[in-house]
Amino acid sequence: MREQLAKIREEAIAKLSQVSSSAELEELRVKYLGKKGEITAILKQMGGLPAEERPKMGQLANEVRAVIEDKLTSARRELDEKALELRLRAEALDVTVPGKAPKMGHRHPMYIALDEMKEIFIGMGFTVLDGPEVELAELNFDRLNADEGHPSRDWSDTFYFDEQSRVMLRSQTSPMQVRAMDSMELPIRIIAPGRVYRKDEVDATHSPMFHQVEGMVIDKGVTMADLKGTLNTAVQQLYGEGTKTRFRPHHFPFTEPSCEMDVQCHKCGGVGCPTCKGEGWIELLGAGMIHPHVLEMAGIDPNVWSGWAFGFGLERLAMRRFRIDDLRLIFENDVRFLEQF
Amino acid sequence: MLLSRKWLREFTDTEKVNDKDFAEAMTLSGSKVETVERPGDEISNVVVGRIVEMVRHENSDHMWVCQVDIGQNEPIQIVTGAQNQKVGDLVPVALHRSTLPGGKKIEKGKLRGVMSDGMLCSYQELGFTDNDWPHSVVDGLFILNTDPDLMALDPKPGDDIKPLLGLDDTVIDFEITPNRPDCLSVIGLAREAAVTFGSSLALHTPVVKGSGGAVSELVSIDIADPALCPRYTARMVKNVKIAPSPLWLRQRLRASGVRPISNIVDITNYVMLEYGQPMHAFDFGCVEGKHIIVRTAKEGETITTLDGNPRALTTKMLCICDENRPVCVAGVMGGANSEIVGDTAMVLFESANFNGPSVRRTATALGMRTDSSGRFEKGLDVMNTINAVNRACELVELLGCGEVVDGVIDVFPEKPEPARLPLEPEKINALLGTDVDAEEMRRILRELDFDIDGNDTVTVPSFRGDVRRMNDLAEEVARFYGYNNIPVTLMRGQTTRGGYSAAQKLENRLGELARDCGYDEIITYSFISPTAYDKIGWPEDEPRRNSFRILNPLGEDTSIMRTTTLPSMLEILARNWSFRNKDVKLYELGRVYYMGGDRGLAIEKKILTLGGFGAGMDFYAIKGAVEEVLRDIRAEDVEFTACQDDPSYHPGRCAKVLIGGSPAGVVGQIHPLIAKNYGFDCDVYTAELDFDALSEAKGADPVYVPLPRYPSVSRDLAIIADCSVTVASIEKCIRRAGGKLLRNVSLFDIYEGPGIPEGKRSTAYSLVLRSDEGTLTDDHADSAVKSILAALEKDLGASIR
Repeated sequence: MREQLAKIREEAIAKLSQVSSSAELEELRVKYLGKKGEITAILKQMGGLPAEERPKMGQLANEVRAVIEDKLTSARRELDEKALELRLRAEALDVTVPGKAPKMGHRHPMYIALDEMKEIFIGMGFTVLDGPEVELAELNFDRLNADEGHPSRDWSDTFYFDEQSRVMLRSQTSPMQVRAMDSMELPIRIIAPGRVYRKDEVDATHSPMFHQVEGMVIDKGVTMADLKGTLNTAVQQLYGEGTKTRFRPHHFPFTEPSCEMDVQCHKCGGVGCPTCKGEGWIELLGAGMIHPHVLEMAGIDPNVWSGWAFGFGLERLAMRRFRIDDLRLIFENDVRFLEQF
Repeated sequence: MLLSRKWLREFTDTEKVNDKDFAEAMTLSGSKVETVERPGDEISNVVVGRIVEMVRHENSDHMWVCQVDIGQNEPIQIVTGAQNQKVGDLVPVALHRSTLPGGKKIEKGKLRGVMSDGMLCSYQELGFTDNDWPHSVVDGLFILNTDPDLMALDPKPGDDIKPLLGLDDTVIDFEITPNRPDCLSVIGLAREAAVTFGSSLALHTPVVKGSGGAVSELVSIDIADPALCPRYTARMVKNVKIAPSPLWLRQRLRASGVRPISNIVDITNYVMLEYGQPMHAFDFGCVEGKHIIVRTAKEGETITTLDGNPRALTTKMLCICDENRPVCVAGVMGGANSEIVGDTAMVLFESANFNGPSVRRTATALGMRTDSSGRFEKGLDVMNTINAVNRACELVELLGCGEVVDGVIDVFPEKPEPARLPLEPEKINALLGTDVDAEEMRRILRELDFDIDGNDTVTVPSFRGDVRRMNDLAEEVARFYGYNNIPVTLMRGQTTRGGYSAAQKLENRLGELARDCGYDEIITYSFISPTAYDKIGWPEDEPRRNSFRILNPLGEDTSIMRTTTLPSMLEILARNWSFRNKDVKLYELGRVYYMGGDRGLAIEKKILTLGGFGAGMDFYAIKGAVEEVLRDIRAEDVEFTACQDDPSYHPGRCAKVLIGGSPAGVVGQIHPLIAKNYGFDCDVYTAELDFDALSEAKGADPVYVPLPRYPSVSRDLAIIADCSVTVASIEKCIRRAGGKLLRNVSLFDIYEGPGIPEGKRSTAYSLVLRSDEGTLTDDHADSAVKSILAALEKDLGASIR
């Protein structure tokens, strides 16, 4: 019996080390360890042994079983590893084949620029206002110091809906200043982006419809130095730290003092080139301290409150931001253009 | 405004400042420089030459071979085709390797076999036009010695031509803001330059000798409408001799962009440029009745203006008239009936002040903006007329072109008081955020000709109509203190809470959703052509055709405010189609404009418009995008119902979008005929969603619902019903009959064809049933399915397949 067990052990180890499939492995497990397997058969013969032999033989049989079980386990692991390796090899891909991307739409570049602008000003406590495009001349002009007879009120410059020149397409976002003064509690910090309309023929730099962003602050003790500080901060965030700006005197009917803000030309760094027409600077926006009469017309006492306002053309900002050289591209909406952004 | 730096030098000396620094400093003090031009920059190596010998060219019957003295030891030989020269003439010589305007380069070379060392020039070749050199012939060489003014400068062979011809000047073009008409003059700019550079300003008071007589005996002047003409000043010149103006005067006009004509006319232009006061000269012999009346035109009156055009006048137009007729459109242009001509003997100089808006309206109505009207319309200094008219008479005497009659007629009914206001240094500093010394403020203002007394009361000079309040003084101080010296500070004070409103957040979200679904954003014009409504198939009586109409549009194509975004979307899609762009999907969140808003304004509504064509685009694709949008904003009770009556859409492939039973938009395939109108050769799909409806439908923020504790049971159901029974009605029926155990219903197949009776179709649903009280048994599930089938049978005549 001892010899039988030794033989089983030897034979099992030899066969298990050559096993090549799970089916074969299972066959061997049944052959040796199954209910009708060889070890069981041996144990069944134990009854015929003398009583003092039985424990010894039992122990021996169990040892052989344990060895075979161990061997079975390791053979199974090897088989699994081999199978996994094969599978992984078979599943290998050419990773340079392009992916299956879902097609995403694109934000219009002008609104990308606007979004950046909005975020900057929202971060400084500004509220974003929205207002009508079909507007009263009273708000677009009278309340902004552009009285009857101001050239911008001409029919050659502004679109009108009635013979009395009372209802018009707003020619600037500045009536939003008046609307804010009339409807909001002081202090006020707003920006108001939107469409504006002027009677300009379409060319590379003009369009009868374009976009402006208006900004306004009214508070106690607001100064021109604050205006410079706020606009500088915005420009640095938009164009990067260290962007150089300068302020020039200018004239707008509804601000006094008025200014225009230039940024140093990105192409030449201020030396002068065709992009900046040799000036080294590019005009960015108009601004100024709100004219006391404009405040008075809104019932705000200029001796207590002061404020500043600015306005700029969004198309020009976006064109500069993305180096777009023709305004017509903005409104043409060719997907080959749109999908670049 | 063009400014000659040579002319400027007469009033203030800024010669030590180079052109670039001059332009920058003037820009930063408020006189924005547009361009800096040196007219002579393109000309080099051109000198005065004297023709010492000329012989016929041996191989040409018209050319001459000239020996020209250019101040060297030996004359040089130049071949010319011109015929107007003779030996001894002085001519401009472009030497070997010289340059001329327009980038022209001259080199020596052979002309028909004869060596030529350069070129003899006409004045056109030096960049001049006919009126610049009235003493010279138009065709041929520029014979310098025919011009007495040039000869007075004693030109010698070899002299550089540029200083001789005045080509060594710099002309600066300023953009003058409309509040500063005083700067539309050499004197006004000189004042700005003097304060900018700290140079002294030397103004000159005109001195007229006179020749006796009394102007008041020769002419009477009446202003009928003082509101439109606050002041009319005039002087008379007799024994006028019309001739070309001298060179210096012509050169200054030319540098300022004004064409020289003849002495009297040139003087009026010169004074306008120097003083900023437009002038007019009448041939007084033509003024009937020796009486000038400033009045508005009478009904039916006409005038032929100096440009030769007959003009119909209206009763709103101010005119200068004699006893019988208008002789000038006030402030705009003179009449041909009193024009200065070669034999004019008596001249009346007008130096008047007219109401700005009135001049502007007249000029606009007549379609002729002139240098004069452009100045008047900004509102000129009423005190400037006397100096200007005297300066004109002084120039008459200087030029020797007439005798000035003694006396000035000055009709000035109401002399305005000068504006006065206190200087408040603390307030100015508080506004600017600066700490400018009060004495520095006084200095700046005084240099700008403001008067300040011991009580700090500021008297504003008459030419500064723009300065009336503290803020205006602050700007004057800031301009010369330097805008760039104002500190840079961040705002203090009460903080405000900024950010987006709920509506703006929804706008942003809708854009994101559209892009997530693959749609690119577009921006389209808000105005469209009235024919756009025809193009999208709207019937004549469609109420939405009622649009805001622009009375003065750029063109018919952009003349009405759209009440629908559909034509804009289709146009852009069509453009992309014509560019052969494939698989295009676009969106716009744009406005429409309905009549009937507050105070005559529009009711402006936003529409989310989707549109597309190409691969992957069909009715269900665009409907899917709409569903995705509605799902994201958690709109409830959404329904799509067949819409057969929208004329823009395919009657079998269009759905109304209802939210809570109210219309929220439309989605579908564009009607093939409408697609054809836009040039499409493919199916086009669009959706239009009303922003307000979406805004209203937007559900509250989600609240967590506990995950199911018990497993669900699935049942698939294939149903046969008439084709006319919609999927929506089947689903509704299933949901109703399924009760609260039914948690989800989803369609997974539609089949028509073999195996299914004609006129019927099979629809297959996957149902999910679940209870919150315990694991659902098959019995429970089966009984739920049974009641669903019963309801389908009863309500829709549907049976299980």
